[in-house]
Amino acid sequence: MYDFNYTKPSSIPEAVQALGADMEAKALAGGQTFIPVLKQRLNKPTVIVDLSELGLRGIAADDKTVTIGAMTTHHQIESSPDVQRLVPGLAKMAALIGDTQVRHRGTMGGSLANNDPSACYPAAVLALGATIHTDHRSIAADDYFQGMFTTALEPGELITAIEFPVAEKSNYEKFRNPASRYAMVGVFVAKTAAHGVRVAITGAGQGGVFRHTAMEEALAKDFSPEAITGIITPADGLNGDIHASPEYRAHLIGVMARRAVAAA
Amino acid sequence: MPQVSLTVNGRSHTAEIEGRTLLVELLRENMGLTGTHVGCDTSQCGACVVHVDGESVKSCTMLAIQANGAAVTTIEGIAESDGTLHPMQAMFREHHALQCGFCTPGMVMSAIDLVQMHPEGLTEDQIRHGLEGNLCRCTGYHNIVKAIAAAWPIMHGKELPLAAE
Repeated sequence: MYDFNYTKPSSIPEAVQALGADMEAKALAGGQTFIPVLKQRLNKPTVIVDLSELGLRGIAADDKTVTIGAMTTHHQIESSPDVQRLVPGLAKMAALIGDTQVRHRGTMGGSLANNDPSACYPAAVLALGATIHTDHRSIAADDYFQGMFTTALEPGELITAIEFPVAEKSNYEKFRNPASRYAMVGVFVAKTAAHGVRVAITGAGQGGVFRHTAMEEALAKDFSPEAITGIITPADGLNGDIHASPEYRAHLIGVMARRAVAAA
Repeated sequence: MPQVSLTVNGRSHTAEIEGRTLLVELLRENMGLTGTHVGCDTSQCGACVVHVDGESVKSCTMLAIQANGAAVTTIEGIAESDGTLHPMQAMFREHHALQCGFCTPGMVMSAIDLVQMHPEGLTEDQIRHGLEGNLCRCTGYHNIVKAIAAAWPIMHGKELPLAAE
Protein backbone atom coordinates (compact mmCIF):
# COMPACT_ATOMS: atom_id res chain seq x y z
CA MET A 1 0.00 0.00 0.00
CA TYR A 2 1.25 3.47 -0.85
CA ASP A 3 1.24 5.84 2.10
CA PHE A 4 -1.24 8.69 2.33
CA ASN A 5 -2.31 11.48 4.63
CA TYR A 6 -5.29 10.73 6.82
CA THR A 7 -8.03 12.98 8.06
CA LYS A 8 -11.20 12.29 10.02
CA PRO A 9 -13.54 15.27 9.73
CA SER A 10 -16.36 15.68 12.24
CA SER A 11 -18.93 17.32 9.96
CA ILE A 12 -20.26 16.74 6.45
CA PRO A 13 -19.18 20.21 5.17
CA GLU A 14 -15.64 19.56 6.42
CA ALA A 15 -15.60 16.18 4.69
CA VAL A 16 -16.88 17.65 1.42
CA GLN A 17 -14.27 20.40 1.64
CA ALA A 18 -11.47 17.88 2.28
CA LEU A 19 -12.56 15.81 -0.72
CA GLY A 20 -13.00 18.86 -2.93
CA ALA A 21 -9.65 20.42 -2.03
CA ASP A 22 -7.63 17.61 -3.60
CA MET A 23 -8.52 15.68 -6.75
CA GLU A 24 -6.58 12.66 -5.43
CA ALA A 25 -8.41 12.58 -2.08
CA LYS A 26 -10.57 9.51 -1.47
CA ALA A 27 -13.36 8.83 0.99
CA LEU A 28 -13.09 5.85 3.34
CA ALA A 29 -16.38 4.28 4.46
CA GLY A 30 -16.17 0.70 5.78
CA GLY A 31 -13.07 -0.06 3.74
CA GLN A 32 -13.98 -3.66 2.91
CA THR A 33 -13.43 -3.04 -0.80
CA PHE A 34 -11.28 0.08 -0.65
CA ILE A 35 -8.56 -1.23 1.69
CA PRO A 36 -7.97 -4.36 -0.47
CA VAL A 37 -7.80 -2.02 -3.50
CA LEU A 38 -5.19 0.09 -1.72
CA LYS A 39 -3.23 -3.02 -0.76
CA GLN A 40 -3.04 -4.02 -4.40
CA ARG A 41 -1.78 -0.52 -5.26
CA LEU A 42 -4.66 -0.10 -7.69
CA ASN A 43 -5.30 3.35 -6.23
CA LYS A 44 -2.90 5.99 -4.92
CA PRO A 45 -4.81 8.62 -2.95
CA THR A 46 -2.96 11.57 -1.44
CA VAL A 47 -5.48 11.95 1.36
CA ILE A 48 -7.93 9.50 2.88
CA VAL A 49 -11.00 11.13 4.35
CA ASP A 50 -12.47 8.86 7.02
CA LEU A 51 -16.26 9.26 7.12
CA SER A 52 -16.82 7.44 10.42
CA GLU A 53 -17.35 10.54 12.59
CA LEU A 54 -19.99 12.27 10.46
CA GLY A 55 -22.98 10.84 12.31
CA LEU A 56 -24.12 8.83 9.28
CA ARG A 57 -24.75 5.54 11.11
CA GLY A 58 -28.27 4.52 11.97
CA ILE A 59 -31.70 3.49 10.73
CA ALA A 60 -34.91 5.53 11.00
CA ALA A 61 -38.33 4.18 10.05
CA ASP A 62 -41.92 5.35 9.88
CA ASP A 63 -45.01 3.79 8.23
CA LYS A 64 -43.92 4.82 4.72
CA THR A 65 -40.12 4.81 4.59
CA VAL A 66 -36.98 3.28 6.02
CA THR A 67 -33.99 5.62 5.91
CA ILE A 68 -30.54 4.13 6.34
CA GLY A 69 -27.51 6.29 7.08
CA ALA A 70 -24.71 5.85 4.57
CA MET A 71 -22.25 4.54 7.17
CA THR A 72 -24.65 1.94 8.55
CA THR A 73 -23.04 -1.50 8.39
CA HIS A 74 -24.45 -4.58 6.70
CA HIS A 75 -24.66 -6.20 10.13
CA GLN A 76 -26.77 -3.34 11.50
CA ILE A 77 -29.09 -3.59 8.50
CA GLU A 78 -29.55 -7.36 8.66
CA SER A 79 -30.26 -7.25 12.39
CA SER A 80 -32.55 -4.20 12.39
CA PRO A 81 -36.11 -5.14 13.45
CA ASP A 82 -37.45 -2.21 11.38
CA VAL A 83 -35.71 -3.37 8.19
CA GLN A 84 -36.73 -6.99 8.85
CA ARG A 85 -40.37 -5.95 9.26
CA LEU A 86 -40.74 -3.22 6.63
CA VAL A 87 -38.34 -4.30 3.85
CA PRO A 88 -37.54 -7.94 4.64
CA GLY A 89 -35.80 -8.55 1.32
CA LEU A 90 -33.26 -5.89 2.20
CA ALA A 91 -32.48 -7.45 5.60
CA LYS A 92 -32.04 -10.81 3.88
CA MET A 93 -29.76 -9.24 1.28
CA ALA A 94 -27.54 -7.64 3.93
CA ALA A 95 -27.15 -11.00 5.66
CA LEU A 96 -25.87 -12.56 2.43
CA ILE A 97 -23.02 -10.08 1.89
CA GLY A 98 -19.49 -11.34 2.50
CA ASP A 99 -19.06 -12.91 5.93
CA THR A 100 -19.75 -11.82 9.51
CA GLN A 101 -16.48 -9.91 9.81
CA VAL A 102 -16.98 -8.06 6.53
CA ARG A 103 -20.57 -7.25 7.53
CA HIS A 104 -19.33 -5.71 10.78
CA ARG A 105 -17.30 -3.12 8.83
CA GLY A 106 -18.79 -2.77 5.34
CA THR A 107 -21.38 -0.04 4.76
CA MET A 108 -24.32 0.52 2.44
CA GLY A 109 -23.06 3.95 1.39
CA GLY A 110 -19.64 2.61 0.52
CA SER A 111 -21.10 -0.19 -1.58
CA LEU A 112 -23.41 2.16 -3.48
CA ALA A 113 -20.69 4.74 -4.12
CA ASN A 114 -18.49 2.00 -5.57
CA ASN A 115 -21.29 0.36 -7.62
CA ASP A 116 -19.48 -2.91 -8.22
CA PRO A 117 -21.37 -4.80 -10.95
CA SER A 118 -21.61 -7.81 -8.63
CA ALA A 119 -22.57 -5.91 -5.48
CA CYS A 120 -25.95 -6.70 -3.91
CA TYR A 121 -27.37 -3.36 -2.76
CA PRO A 122 -27.79 -1.84 -6.25
CA ALA A 123 -30.47 -4.47 -6.95
CA ALA A 124 -32.46 -3.53 -3.83
CA VAL A 125 -32.11 0.20 -4.45
CA LEU A 126 -33.27 -0.10 -8.07
CA ALA A 127 -36.09 -2.60 -7.47
CA LEU A 128 -37.51 -0.66 -4.54
CA GLY A 129 -37.08 2.71 -6.25
CA ALA A 130 -35.06 4.07 -3.34
CA THR A 131 -33.74 7.63 -3.14
CA ILE A 132 -30.03 8.37 -2.65
CA HIS A 133 -29.54 11.45 -0.50
CA THR A 134 -26.18 13.21 -0.80
CA ASP A 135 -24.61 16.24 0.85
CA HIS A 136 -26.45 18.58 -1.52
CA ARG A 137 -29.23 16.77 -3.41
CA SER A 138 -31.42 13.68 -3.76
CA ILE A 139 -31.00 11.22 -6.63
CA ALA A 140 -33.66 8.76 -7.78
CA ALA A 141 -32.47 5.15 -8.13
CA ASP A 142 -33.34 5.23 -11.85
CA ASP A 143 -30.87 8.07 -12.37
CA TYR A 144 -28.17 6.89 -9.98
CA PHE A 145 -26.67 3.76 -11.58
CA GLN A 146 -24.83 4.63 -14.77
CA GLY A 147 -22.81 1.52 -15.57
CA MET A 148 -20.05 -0.58 -14.08
CA PHE A 149 -18.40 1.31 -11.18
CA THR A 150 -20.13 4.46 -12.46
CA THR A 151 -22.79 6.50 -10.68
CA ALA A 152 -24.43 9.91 -10.82
CA LEU A 153 -22.21 11.08 -7.96
CA GLU A 154 -20.05 14.07 -8.79
CA PRO A 155 -16.42 14.16 -7.67
CA GLY A 156 -16.37 14.77 -3.94
CA GLU A 157 -20.13 14.27 -3.54
CA LEU A 158 -21.00 12.21 -0.48
CA ILE A 159 -23.93 9.87 0.05
CA THR A 160 -25.50 10.69 3.41
CA ALA A 161 -28.50 8.33 3.50
CA ILE A 162 -30.60 5.95 1.42
CA GLU A 163 -34.38 6.21 1.72
CA PHE A 164 -36.38 3.06 0.94
CA PRO A 165 -40.16 2.91 0.60
CA VAL A 166 -41.89 0.35 2.79
CA ALA A 167 -42.39 -2.71 0.58
CA GLU A 168 -45.62 -4.63 0.02
CA LYS A 169 -43.40 -7.45 -1.21
CA SER A 170 -39.62 -7.75 -1.26
CA ASN A 171 -37.24 -10.65 -1.64
CA TYR A 172 -33.72 -11.32 -2.84
CA GLU A 173 -32.24 -14.51 -4.21
CA LYS A 174 -28.53 -14.69 -4.83
CA PHE A 175 -26.36 -17.29 -6.51
CA ARG A 176 -23.09 -16.65 -4.75
CA ASN A 177 -19.64 -17.20 -6.07
CA PRO A 178 -18.53 -19.66 -3.39
CA ALA A 179 -15.09 -18.05 -2.98
CA SER A 180 -15.78 -14.32 -3.14
CA ARG A 181 -19.46 -14.50 -2.11
CA TYR A 182 -20.24 -11.80 -4.64
CA ALA A 183 -23.37 -12.35 -6.72
CA MET A 184 -22.88 -14.36 -9.88
CA VAL A 185 -26.54 -13.55 -10.30
CA GLY A 186 -28.71 -11.74 -7.77
CA VAL A 187 -32.39 -10.99 -8.31
CA PHE A 188 -34.41 -8.57 -6.18
CA VAL A 189 -38.18 -8.55 -6.62
CA ALA A 190 -40.22 -5.78 -5.05
CA LYS A 191 -43.72 -4.40 -5.00
CA THR A 192 -44.15 -0.88 -3.70
CA ALA A 193 -47.00 1.62 -3.71
CA ALA A 194 -45.03 4.13 -5.78
CA HIS A 195 -43.36 1.87 -8.33
CA GLY A 196 -45.47 -1.27 -8.53
CA VAL A 197 -43.63 -4.49 -9.29
CA ARG A 198 -39.97 -4.22 -10.15
CA VAL A 199 -37.29 -6.81 -10.80
CA ALA A 200 -33.63 -5.79 -10.62
CA ILE A 201 -30.70 -8.01 -11.58
CA THR A 202 -27.16 -7.68 -10.27
CA GLY A 203 -24.00 -9.66 -10.94
CA ALA A 204 -25.03 -10.52 -14.47
CA GLY A 205 -25.02 -7.39 -16.62
CA GLN A 206 -21.92 -5.98 -18.26
CA GLY A 207 -23.21 -2.52 -17.39
CA GLY A 208 -24.02 -3.38 -13.79
CA VAL A 209 -27.48 -3.56 -12.27
CA PHE A 210 -30.49 -3.52 -14.62
CA ARG A 211 -34.27 -3.95 -14.53
CA HIS A 212 -35.95 -6.94 -16.11
CA THR A 213 -38.99 -5.24 -17.66
CA ALA A 214 -40.44 -8.38 -19.27
CA MET A 215 -40.66 -10.03 -15.86
CA GLU A 216 -42.02 -6.85 -14.28
CA GLU A 217 -44.92 -6.71 -16.75
CA ALA A 218 -45.77 -10.37 -16.22
CA LEU A 219 -45.56 -10.12 -12.43
CA ALA A 220 -47.67 -6.95 -12.36
CA LYS A 221 -50.53 -9.04 -13.81
CA ASP A 222 -49.87 -12.16 -11.77
CA PHE A 223 -47.29 -12.17 -8.96
CA SER A 224 -46.40 -15.85 -9.12
CA PRO A 225 -43.41 -17.92 -10.28
CA GLU A 226 -45.59 -19.43 -13.02
CA ALA A 227 -46.12 -15.99 -14.54
CA ILE A 228 -42.44 -15.72 -15.46
CA THR A 229 -41.68 -19.36 -16.23
CA GLY A 230 -41.83 -18.83 -19.99
CA ILE A 231 -39.76 -15.66 -20.09
CA ILE A 232 -36.41 -16.18 -21.80
CA THR A 233 -33.66 -13.76 -20.79
CA PRO A 234 -31.31 -12.97 -23.71
CA ALA A 235 -27.62 -13.62 -23.03
CA ASP A 236 -26.60 -10.51 -24.96
CA GLY A 237 -24.93 -7.98 -22.69
CA LEU A 238 -24.45 -10.44 -19.83
CA ASN A 239 -21.08 -11.18 -18.24
CA GLY A 240 -19.03 -14.19 -19.19
CA ASP A 241 -16.03 -15.20 -17.08
CA ILE A 242 -14.34 -18.28 -15.62
CA HIS A 243 -17.26 -18.72 -13.25
CA ALA A 244 -20.16 -18.67 -15.69
CA SER A 245 -20.92 -17.99 -19.34
CA PRO A 246 -23.48 -15.36 -20.41
CA GLU A 247 -25.90 -18.18 -21.30
CA TYR A 248 -25.49 -19.74 -17.85
CA ARG A 249 -26.16 -16.39 -16.19
CA ALA A 250 -29.21 -15.82 -18.41
CA HIS A 251 -30.62 -19.15 -17.24
CA LEU A 252 -29.77 -18.38 -13.61
CA ILE A 253 -31.69 -15.11 -13.80
CA GLY A 254 -34.87 -17.05 -14.51
CA VAL A 255 -34.22 -19.57 -11.75
CA MET A 256 -33.34 -16.95 -9.14
CA ALA A 257 -36.29 -14.75 -10.13
CA ARG A 258 -38.78 -17.61 -9.75
CA ARG A 259 -37.33 -18.52 -6.35
CA ALA A 260 -37.46 -14.87 -5.27
CA VAL A 261 -41.10 -14.51 -6.31
CA ALA A 262 -42.11 -17.82 -4.74
CA ALA A 263 -40.78 -16.80 -1.34
CA ALA A 264 -41.64 -13.07 -1.46
CA MET B 1 2.84 10.75 11.23
CA PRO B 2 -0.59 10.13 12.72
CA GLN B 3 -0.83 8.98 16.29
CA VAL B 4 -3.13 6.15 17.33
CA SER B 5 -4.29 5.51 20.90
CA LEU B 6 -6.27 2.39 21.63
CA THR B 7 -6.81 -0.25 24.27
CA VAL B 8 -5.52 -3.72 23.47
CA ASN B 9 -6.46 -6.56 25.80
CA GLY B 10 -7.28 -4.05 28.50
CA ARG B 11 -4.02 -2.08 28.29
CA SER B 12 -3.82 1.35 26.68
CA HIS B 13 -1.32 1.79 23.90
CA THR B 14 -0.22 4.82 21.89
CA ALA B 15 1.95 4.72 18.79
CA GLU B 16 3.13 6.95 15.96
CA ILE B 17 2.26 5.12 12.75
CA GLU B 18 2.04 5.66 9.03
CA GLY B 19 -1.49 6.18 7.77
CA ARG B 20 -1.23 3.00 5.74
CA THR B 21 -0.42 0.80 8.76
CA LEU B 22 -2.96 -2.00 9.03
CA LEU B 23 -4.41 -2.94 12.41
CA VAL B 24 -2.81 -6.38 12.13
CA GLU B 25 0.58 -4.75 11.49
CA LEU B 26 0.20 -2.57 14.57
CA LEU B 27 -0.67 -5.61 16.67
CA ARG B 28 2.04 -7.90 15.35
CA GLU B 29 4.93 -5.61 14.52
CA ASN B 30 4.50 -2.66 16.85
CA MET B 31 3.10 -4.50 19.87
CA GLY B 32 4.58 -7.96 19.34
CA LEU B 33 1.19 -9.68 19.59
CA THR B 34 1.94 -12.34 17.00
CA GLY B 35 -0.95 -14.60 17.94
CA THR B 36 -3.03 -12.77 15.34
CA HIS B 37 -1.98 -14.28 12.03
CA VAL B 38 -1.89 -13.08 8.43
CA GLY B 39 -2.93 -15.91 6.16
CA CYS B 40 -4.16 -14.52 2.86
CA ASP B 41 -3.87 -10.75 3.34
CA THR B 42 -6.92 -10.47 1.05
CA SER B 43 -9.78 -10.46 3.61
CA GLN B 44 -10.75 -14.06 2.92
CA CYS B 45 -9.07 -16.48 5.33
CA GLY B 46 -9.93 -14.95 8.71
CA ALA B 47 -6.63 -15.86 10.44
CA CYS B 48 -6.36 -12.18 11.44
CA VAL B 49 -9.76 -11.88 13.16
CA VAL B 50 -9.77 -9.78 16.33
CA HIS B 51 -12.54 -8.04 18.22
CA VAL B 52 -12.89 -4.25 17.89
CA ASP B 53 -15.34 -2.83 20.43
CA GLY B 54 -16.73 -6.34 20.81
CA GLU B 55 -17.30 -7.11 17.12
CA SER B 56 -15.19 -9.59 15.15
CA VAL B 57 -13.35 -7.93 12.26
CA LYS B 58 -10.55 -8.80 9.88
CA SER B 59 -7.58 -6.83 11.15
CA CYS B 60 -5.86 -7.07 7.75
CA THR B 61 -8.74 -5.06 6.28
CA MET B 62 -8.81 -2.20 8.75
CA LEU B 63 -6.34 0.64 9.12
CA ALA B 64 -4.77 0.88 12.56
CA ILE B 65 -5.80 4.54 12.65
CA GLN B 66 -9.44 3.47 12.26
CA ALA B 67 -9.12 1.75 15.63
CA ASN B 68 -8.21 5.02 17.33
CA GLY B 69 -10.08 5.13 20.63
CA ALA B 70 -11.32 1.55 20.26
CA ALA B 71 -11.00 -1.44 22.57
CA VAL B 72 -9.31 -4.32 20.75
CA THR B 73 -9.18 -7.90 21.98
CA THR B 74 -6.78 -10.41 20.44
CA ILE B 75 -6.26 -14.12 21.03
CA GLU B 76 -3.69 -13.18 23.70
CA GLY B 77 -6.40 -11.37 25.69
CA ILE B 78 -9.09 -13.99 26.18
CA ALA B 79 -7.61 -16.38 28.74
CA GLU B 80 -7.79 -15.44 32.40
CA SER B 81 -4.76 -13.85 34.04
CA ASP B 82 -3.96 -17.10 35.90
CA GLY B 83 -3.71 -18.90 32.58
CA THR B 84 -7.14 -20.56 32.68
CA LEU B 85 -8.21 -20.92 29.07
CA HIS B 86 -11.31 -19.21 27.70
CA PRO B 87 -14.08 -21.82 27.30
CA MET B 88 -13.70 -21.60 23.52
CA GLN B 89 -9.97 -22.30 23.75
CA ALA B 90 -10.63 -25.15 26.18
CA MET B 91 -13.21 -26.73 23.86
CA PHE B 92 -10.93 -26.37 20.83
CA ARG B 93 -8.36 -28.36 22.82
CA GLU B 94 -10.90 -30.85 24.15
CA HIS B 95 -12.34 -31.60 20.70
CA HIS B 96 -9.04 -31.47 18.83
CA ALA B 97 -10.36 -28.63 16.67
CA LEU B 98 -7.01 -27.91 15.06
CA GLN B 99 -4.17 -29.56 13.29
CA CYS B 100 -1.49 -27.12 12.13
CA GLY B 101 -3.01 -24.35 14.24
CA PHE B 102 -2.44 -21.47 11.83
CA CYS B 103 -6.12 -20.58 11.44
CA THR B 104 -6.92 -21.26 15.11
CA PRO B 105 -6.55 -17.74 16.59
CA GLY B 106 -8.95 -16.33 14.02
CA MET B 107 -11.30 -19.32 14.36
CA VAL B 108 -11.45 -18.88 18.12
CA MET B 109 -12.08 -15.12 17.90
CA SER B 110 -14.81 -15.58 15.27
CA ALA B 111 -16.34 -18.44 17.25
CA ILE B 112 -16.53 -16.40 20.46
CA ASP B 113 -18.33 -13.61 18.59
CA LEU B 114 -20.66 -16.13 16.94
CA VAL B 115 -21.66 -17.67 20.28
CA GLN B 116 -22.11 -14.24 21.86
CA MET B 117 -24.34 -13.11 18.98
CA HIS B 118 -26.65 -16.10 19.46
CA PRO B 119 -27.83 -16.31 23.07
CA GLU B 120 -30.99 -18.00 21.78
CA GLY B 121 -29.06 -21.05 20.59
CA LEU B 122 -27.00 -22.24 17.64
CA THR B 123 -27.62 -25.02 15.18
CA GLU B 124 -24.85 -26.90 13.39
CA ASP B 125 -25.96 -25.17 10.21
CA GLN B 126 -25.68 -21.74 11.84
CA ILE B 127 -22.21 -22.59 13.14
CA ARG B 128 -21.02 -23.71 9.70
CA HIS B 129 -22.44 -20.59 8.04
CA GLY B 130 -21.08 -18.46 10.87
CA LEU B 131 -17.58 -19.63 9.97
CA GLU B 132 -17.83 -18.42 6.38
CA GLY B 133 -15.15 -15.85 7.04
CA ASN B 134 -12.58 -18.36 8.31
CA LEU B 135 -10.71 -20.91 6.25
CA CYS B 136 -9.08 -24.05 7.66
CA ARG B 137 -7.12 -26.28 5.31
CA CYS B 138 -6.49 -29.13 7.77
CA THR B 139 -9.49 -30.19 9.78
CA GLY B 140 -12.43 -30.32 7.41
CA TYR B 141 -14.11 -28.10 10.05
CA HIS B 142 -15.93 -30.97 11.74
CA ASN B 143 -14.15 -30.77 15.09
CA ILE B 144 -14.23 -26.97 15.01
CA VAL B 145 -18.03 -27.13 14.74
CA LYS B 146 -18.15 -29.61 17.62
CA ALA B 147 -15.91 -27.39 19.76
CA ILE B 148 -18.10 -24.33 19.20
CA ALA B 149 -21.27 -26.26 20.03
CA ALA B 150 -19.55 -27.49 23.20
CA ALA B 151 -18.44 -23.98 24.20
CA TRP B 152 -21.94 -22.50 23.83
CA PRO B 153 -23.39 -23.97 27.07
CA ILE B 154 -20.29 -23.00 29.06
CA MET B 155 -20.33 -19.41 27.77
CA HIS B 156 -24.07 -18.96 28.29
CA GLY B 157 -24.36 -20.98 31.50
CA LYS B 158 -27.25 -23.10 30.24
CA GLU B 159 -27.90 -26.03 27.97
CA LEU B 160 -27.85 -25.48 24.23
CA PRO B 161 -31.58 -25.41 23.40
CA LEU B 162 -31.16 -26.53 19.80
CA ALA B 163 -29.08 -29.61 19.35
CA ALA B 164 -26.03 -28.86 17.23
CA GLU B 165 -26.00 -32.34 15.86
